[in-house]
Amino acid sequence: MKIFARDRKGVEHTLEGNDGWTVMEALRDAGLPITAECGGACACATCHVYVEEGWFEKLNPASPEELDMLDMALAVEPNSRLACQIQINANTDGIKVTLAPE
Amino acid sequence: MTDVSANPAANDAIIDTDVVIIGAGPVGLFAVFELGLLDLKCHLVDILDRPGGQCTELYPEKPIYDIPGIPIVTGQELTERLLEQIKPFNAQYHFSEMANALEKLPDGRWQLTTDAGTVLRAPVLVIAAGGGSFVPKRPPIPGIEGYEGKSVFYAVRKMEQFRGRDVLIAGGGDSALDWTLNLAPIAKRLTLVHHRDGFRAAQHSVNRMRELVSEGKIEFQIASVKALHGEDGTLEGVTLAGADKKEWRQEANAFLPFFGLTIKLGPIADFGLNLHENLIPVDTARFESSTPGIFAIGDINTYAGKLKLILSGFHEAALMAQAAFRICRPNEKLRFQYTTSSSALQKKLGVA
Repeated sequence: MKIFARDRKGVEHTLEGNDGWTVMEALRDAGLPITAECGGACACATCHVYVEEGWFEKLNPASPEELDMLDMALAVEPNSRLACQIQINANTDGIKVTLAPE
Repeated sequence: MTDVSANPAANDAIIDTDVVIIGAGPVGLFAVFELGLLDLKCHLVDILDRPGGQCTELYPEKPIYDIPGIPIVTGQELTERLLEQIKPFNAQYHFSEMANALEKLPDGRWQLTTDAGTVLRAPVLVIAAGGGSFVPKRPPIPGIEGYEGKSVFYAVRKMEQFRGRDVLIAGGGDSALDWTLNLAPIAKRLTLVHHRDGFRAAQHSVNRMRELVSEGKIEFQIASVKALHGEDGTLEGVTLAGADKKEWRQEANAFLPFFGLTIKLGPIADFGLNLHENLIPVDTARFESSTPGIFAIGDINTYAGKLKLILSGFHEAALMAQAAFRICRPNEKLRFQYTTSSSALQKKLGVA
């Protein structure tokens, strides 16, 4: 499963993701600079990404808990999500995300 | 890190102890227990206003399932249990203080100064600071640093400071809502901006805010702040952008962004320690840094095979304590004992 991630300098990275893992885990394990402070507990908003149009609509809608956390994120846009809440699976194979500013 | 002599003028404000611990998260708290069994006294410094670190700041209500022997416990409960466990050792806490500067004294001890001016001296310093200090999130607005302290504030210390001002508050949590309600009667004009028409704040605060909006006492805009305008740190206006990306300018001379806290390594970076990607490399026998007498335990350290788990931090605290004892009590023999069988330890714990 592929994930295309653009870092804050605009560099594109192609990551290999595992089915059932989260996009946050793929970003973190690839060494991309996301803090992911709380380790995936949807408790910190430091794995904030923008999901490219087309892909955003394919995702399960954000839970109320995730929306609450996004309130604490900076530079929130309509296509903002927390990477720890995006599952890697056949539905998201090839997803394109951009790291939000820290 | 510099070798300087202690300032004798401030002597009465200086606290001497065995071990100074930076960070009162679960690992810092458990270190008090392991050190206490060896009769070492501790002072803890934490930038938060209460113990628990990430456990109470980030996920107080979230269950933790991997604490040995406790199948399920929340971050808040774990903190409370640790406090109960270390109670016999009477550690001293310095909350809401940031560990600011470290010096090596001529007698070989360490002197730590906090941003509140507390001076602590000890032969052993233990850094159990997790990811570092919790600090307010700074919105990614170009040049915002230049306005901080004069027109941009991440906390309200004196409400009077905002009397008659044109105040803009950003955020959707309790802090944003509470300060909107508190400053509304004082400010000349107050605008709350948030990226959506939903809040993660107490419902009665949200209701009250909406009442003030309908009474025309404050404004609420679904927008985000894109740019600040002004000179020499004096704010004159901001550029706001709506969800449709349309931008407009609004007058404001005080801006209060409330986006919660994030973790930054902070002044520890300037302690002169050997750092690897903002972590402190340690040996795995003592969990000591490459600077003798300075130990690092919990999420802030790194070594081959490191796992950022609370239980790993507990183990690290136990081994650190043995090494700390040899530094603090060089002429005493360390007696390794079990709490189950040692009446001496049970006495210390107040159970014998």
